[in-house]
Amino acid sequence: MSAAKRINSPIDRRRFLKDSARGLAGCAVAGMGLAWLISDARALPAEALRPPGALPEDDFLAACIRCGLCVRDCPYDTLKLAELGEDGPATGTPFFTARDVPCEMCDDIPCVAACPTGALDKGLTNIDDARMGTAVLVDEEHCLNALGLRCDVCYRVCPVIDEAITLELQHNPRSGHHAIFMPTVHADACTGCGKCEKSCVLPEAAIKVLPARLARAEAAEHYRLGWEEKEKAGGPLVEGITDLPDRLPGPGTDNLETPGGFEPAFKVPGARP
Amino acid sequence: MNDKARLPVGQEAVEKFGWLRAHRFLILRRLSQLFFLSLFLLGPWFGIWWVKGNLSGSLTFGILPLTDPFITVQSMVAGHWPELTALIGAVIVAVAYALIGGRVYCSWVCPINPVTDAAHWAHEKLGMQKGWQPKRGTRLWVLAMVLAVSALTGTIAWEFVNPISMLHRGLIFGMGFAWTFVVAVFLFDVFLSRRGWCGHLCPVGAFYGLLGAKSLLRVSAANRAACDDCMDCFAVCPEMHVITPALRGKDGDTPIILSHDCTNCGRCIDVCAMDVFAFTHRFDATPAPARDDRARSKPTPGASRAA
Repeated sequence: MSAAKRINSPIDRRRFLKDSARGLAGCAVAGMGLAWLISDARALPAEALRPPGALPEDDFLAACIRCGLCVRDCPYDTLKLAELGEDGPATGTPFFTARDVPCEMCDDIPCVAACPTGALDKGLTNIDDARMGTAVLVDEEHCLNALGLRCDVCYRVCPVIDEAITLELQHNPRSGHHAIFMPTVHADACTGCGKCEKSCVLPEAAIKVLPARLARAEAAEHYRLGWEEKEKAGGPLVEGITDLPDRLPGPGTDNLETPGGFEPAFKVPGARP
Repeated sequence: MNDKARLPVGQEAVEKFGWLRAHRFLILRRLSQLFFLSLFLLGPWFGIWWVKGNLSGSLTFGILPLTDPFITVQSMVAGHWPELTALIGAVIVAVAYALIGGRVYCSWVCPINPVTDAAHWAHEKLGMQKGWQPKRGTRLWVLAMVLAVSALTGTIAWEFVNPISMLHRGLIFGMGFAWTFVVAVFLFDVFLSRRGWCGHLCPVGAFYGLLGAKSLLRVSAANRAACDDCMDCFAVCPEMHVITPALRGKDGDTPIILSHDCTNCGRCIDVCAMDVFAFTHRFDATPAPARDDRARSKPTPGASRAA
């Protein structure tokens, strides 16, 4: 064939360059459209929770092939695949809504076992380590326990009772002589299964499972809590520190109540006087 | 134009062999499409869980994993290395289609194929113009674009819009508004571009085409000497450019359709009253003499009624 001649022909070279330019331009336009659509679909609504062991959302959308095998192996029909235009998450990806059907926290975690790609991480072997979200008592003005009544339902249904949710006793300032049993979530033990939200007796739940990004703050990396550091070190962090006199009202001032001054309430241990 | 070319497509074959034989691969193809769809529907509809999942990924009889290799490649490009189960599934599917022809997926399995076939039928009935006919390389550009977007966004990009997944998953797991994608493809093919989606744009088809570029199973114009220029094969072929090199080849040229665009749908075998075409393998070296030059009308490839 005349392949060599064809390549050298300026007409063909020009056509090749033109076609390439057209192809690239078309791809750029279509690709921008697709990327815009993807960025739109990536916003996971707060009430949509991913199955246990799900990778962080950005990694999840690279890994989940939307086959629905986790949905099929979920014995409680908790999981479903998102439907276009009706559910919030990216079309075809698995999620659950705690208020509809919460996660029952199966010991054998069948959804994770069913996932062929690792979008649900097989590293999760103890369901208590799952972090699908974090429960938050979002409305203390309506929570019955917070009002001083004894509902306790969220506390009672919690699969990690007394660790993820405890009832903390507080004074009830309204009546003046009763206690408030305040449901208190401890995020380090909460799996985000959603049973508390599901069982809240109010028409709209006062306790809700939110994705960690909404539910939790993050301490700045350089923050150190002095009392914790001291406990870790087993003593003062700086030896031989001089405890300077506290600036308290004392002799020579116009303090008439305690002319001798106050003893400091707290003495730095190991400090020279 | 040859007088026979004015007859309705396939009429001679029907008269000569009977309706059934002149539609056998079409019927087999519809049965195959129905078979693969019903395998997936047995579970949700009748509680018979032989096959779980969908075309993106499935598990058959609790042991055989199958994964769409195109989705797997996108996942890797997006930065995720899938677990062994998905990789094994993708390799099984890829090897199978590499042997029998990548685009066998398009014509024998894909649930969008009946949709675009219906669109083509409507297109012809309505006497629409062929409309926008992108260049042959366009779907490869789309394929490259999908991989680029996957890499840039770190997602399996095509699954956000793929009408195949939308329809298949929709039927099995719940449709939502995913049917709008299917309707869009149908309308596009009827009014904007003849055989536009499957034939020119779909990156899934492009991927499977490349996958099966060296596949064994092929259609051959083995009896091309008998061709009487009725043009029916060109009229029914969804990728009509694949026929010309084989059918109009000279004595030395292979009669085997080697283009990776051929979907092995077998429709050309159905409609040919002269029995020119047959399934064979790519190494079939049976000599196939070209047509007698005297009988040849001016070869105008692709200039069929359907054009």
